[in-house]
Amino acid sequence: MLELCNVNKAYAEGRRVLTNLSYTLKAGEYAAIMGDSGVGKSTLLNLIAGLDTPDSGEIRINGVAISSLDDNAATQLRREQFGFIFQAFHVLPHLTLNQNIALPLLLNGTPTDRVEQMLADVGLRDRGHHFPRQLSGGELQRVAIARALIHRPKLVLADEPTGNLDPDTAHEILQLMRAEIKTNGATGILVTHSHAAAATADFVLNLTKDGLYPVKSERSE
Amino acid sequence: MNSVSLSRWLLFGEWRAHFVQMSVALIAIAIGVAMAFSIHLINTAAFNEFSAASKSLSGQSDLQVYGRKAFFDESLYPLLANTEGVALANPVLELDVVVPGKLQNRNDHKLKIIGIDMFRAVQISPDLLGLTEEGKTLDRLADDAIFLSPAAMEWLQVKQGDSLSLHVRLQTITLRVAGGLVRARAGQRIAVMDIGVAQWRFQQLGLLSRVELKLQDGVNHAAFKVKLAEQLGESYRVVEAIDQEKRIANMSRAYRVNLNMLALVALFTGTFLVFSTQVLSVIRRRQQFALLRVLGFTRQQLLRQIITEGMILGVIGSLLGLGLGYAIAVMAIQLLGGDLGANFFPGVKPGVYFDLLTALTFFLVGLVVTMLGSVAPALEAVRAKPAMALRSGSEDVAMAKFLPPWFAVICVSVALLFTQLPPIFGLPVFGYLAIALLLIGGIALMPRFAAWTFSRLLTQLQHYRLGAVLTLVLARLANAPNQAAIALGGILASFSLMVAMAIMVTSFRISIDGWLEQVLPADLYVRAAAIGDQGGFQSDAQRAIAGLPGFDRVDFFRTQQLILDVNRPEITLFARPVDRTDARNTLPLTDDMIASGSLPENVMPIWVSEAMVDLYGYRVGDKVNLPVSGTSNEFLVAGVWRDYGRQFGAVQMQLADYQRLTGDLSVNTVALWLQTGMTADAAIANCGTAVWRRVGDLPVE
Repeated sequence: MLELCNVNKAYAEGRRVLTNLSYTLKAGEYAAIMGDSGVGKSTLLNLIAGLDTPDSGEIRINGVAISSLDDNAATQLRREQFGFIFQAFHVLPHLTLNQNIALPLLLNGTPTDRVEQMLADVGLRDRGHHFPRQLSGGELQRVAIARALIHRPKLVLADEPTGNLDPDTAHEILQLMRAEIKTNGATGILVTHSHAAAATADFVLNLTKDGLYPVKSERSE
Repeated sequence: MNSVSLSRWLLFGEWRAHFVQMSVALIAIAIGVAMAFSIHLINTAAFNEFSAASKSLSGQSDLQVYGRKAFFDESLYPLLANTEGVALANPVLELDVVVPGKLQNRNDHKLKIIGIDMFRAVQISPDLLGLTEEGKTLDRLADDAIFLSPAAMEWLQVKQGDSLSLHVRLQTITLRVAGGLVRARAGQRIAVMDIGVAQWRFQQLGLLSRVELKLQDGVNHAAFKVKLAEQLGESYRVVEAIDQEKRIANMSRAYRVNLNMLALVALFTGTFLVFSTQVLSVIRRRQQFALLRVLGFTRQQLLRQIITEGMILGVIGSLLGLGLGYAIAVMAIQLLGGDLGANFFPGVKPGVYFDLLTALTFFLVGLVVTMLGSVAPALEAVRAKPAMALRSGSEDVAMAKFLPPWFAVICVSVALLFTQLPPIFGLPVFGYLAIALLLIGGIALMPRFAAWTFSRLLTQLQHYRLGAVLTLVLARLANAPNQAAIALGGILASFSLMVAMAIMVTSFRISIDGWLEQVLPADLYVRAAAIGDQGGFQSDAQRAIAGLPGFDRVDFFRTQQLILDVNRPEITLFARPVDRTDARNTLPLTDDMIASGSLPENVMPIWVSEAMVDLYGYRVGDKVNLPVSGTSNEFLVAGVWRDYGRQFGAVQMQLADYQRLTGDLSVNTVALWLQTGMTADAAIANCGTAVWRRVGDLPVE
């Protein structure tokens, strides 16, 4: 599903973050990536999403090198095959929950009749006409999860999805995320600092300045 | 459901959340379009009505023959009537006569009287025939009859059978209102008399204003016009209706251009408001747009989304502007007249006509300038890297791209260059562009100005206990100056235009005051109720006035209108005593002049206004010909003077030269200097002479 081949990346000021990074993630796997601050976890997610380009090396999604795609093709790939969950939720404040969740469907030109069901799945039944300002942080992240999965993406990228939530809500959200990813048969990458969060993934990868290494999973279902 | 739905959601979501900002932008666009559209409607309506009114006076004639001066000898008429190719010649005497009861309005106290030959007018301009009472057809030839248009009757508050008093030189004559006219345009204030009666009653025996010619079928008008002009020589001009229209257009050109520039200023301010609204809107939604890009919005879709927002603003604002502009035009014409009080088209009552093509043009102008205000923010938004833009704190960096310093430097440099360029077709196009560029350059410099000013302020004040709020405010302004610059730019745009207007008006008023003191140095001026160009005061009246008690000095002026170019309005000729030792003692001369001592003995000097330099290319030292005496006379341009009063050009010459050339000793203006201790009222009251009693009825400035 996802292949990282000798990926290198340095910031504009010259600081190197990713060095000869290689790894292969199979379809349906759900991996957590941990690492120190500034080691390049978010940068790695941006590279996988095609939002940034590696200095050298290649990232392939189902055999297609992302760097070989032009901006429109990369955008289409994200639109059809990717789901995103962010630490800061990033929901559009002037759209209702229904509209926020329907965004990927609209962009893909597919029917939006799944929205109500998805909203119910994340525990927000009958709240589709509410606006984001009427929701708590945990509820907002539920909306973000629903939006990330509504179009049944093949790869879900989650960047510190529980970083702004209290432990109980975070646990609830992580369980929900895992359940939804698995239900949809997607592949997932969860970037986190939290061992508890990482434990909800199938396995954990540790990102260091030398590369990406598997560590023993602490997941307890 | 599709991307159109998404676009609609995003659009209405944003507008719902920022209704006030959107409303202000809409109002700004609407005001800009409304001003431009209303000014155009008013100008067009007034111009068309004035042209139509002029055409109605000249009837169905093919050509018209005028003198270079207001009147010419009627002996030309039989010559023209017998010219081969002429089917009909119609002599006309046209006079602007002072109405005694209307003197309180200096710009609107004259009635246009047209003397026509009824037997010829019936074939060439039947609309001008008088409507007599039943059985009184011969009233059209009666020696006391005058026929008035409905607007003239209303203005003069008279009806058929009433008496009407009019000033003729130093006398007052009374005529009988014999009826109305066959047809006159709404608001057209004219009177018609038999030409012979008009010549007699208004003391213009043997004189005509013009002869209208109807050519025989098959005669080539253009060729005939050229041939006739050659035959008649330079004392006469032969014109077609189109020449008249050009003259009318030229008469109000500067006024129309300046009003249109005012409208453009409003539109520019509207554009800037749209630009700043869109910039702030895009910056505020930077993370939202980045999210959309991450989720699968292409750059093209995002660009389309932002430009569509601007386009919808432009469409709504422009439509509102068209409606508002039409309403303003209708109201302005009703309240102020077609020239907004400028008196270019006196008495004209135009109707506003909604022309779809014109409306579409102004709609597109409003739409395009609004979309221009959206393009820069839209381009910045699509160029932004989503991963970077998703993080907060990048707003000020993004805004810096809108107003780069090099752009400001280029704008200001080009503006300075433009100030040195000449006009195009007589219009200061580069001057207007320079103002716009200076304004844009100034706005683009605002971030640097804000950063520099607030940084220094913060440094200077840091030793004092400022308090948290003030420190935070100053720190934000100093370190994130681009957001402050947008607000500062709006203030700069509106405030600088306001200050510029105030400075312009104030300096103009000061200049006018100084100029008036120089050109009108006397304490009292008496202007005769002249008919056309005929002087009001003959020699005996002048002697009587010169002998009046209470005055130190009395000067006599003679003014008349001259046509130098058939496409331009008349220029004004002033004949007056000019100080021979130094003309600057009499005229407000610029530095461009020949010293009086250096003037050759055998030439007649003239001093031309700056408008003559611009419009006719007169230069100091040039020898030019003017038709002062009916035929052409050579003069030396001895200097240039500043004239705020006559934008179409004016020439000053020695009164003695004028009288020698024309043999006309009459004058129409008297300047009087009061003796010390004497007041104007006392001087007038002390005068018991018959001349003064008569002069006292006339307009005294």
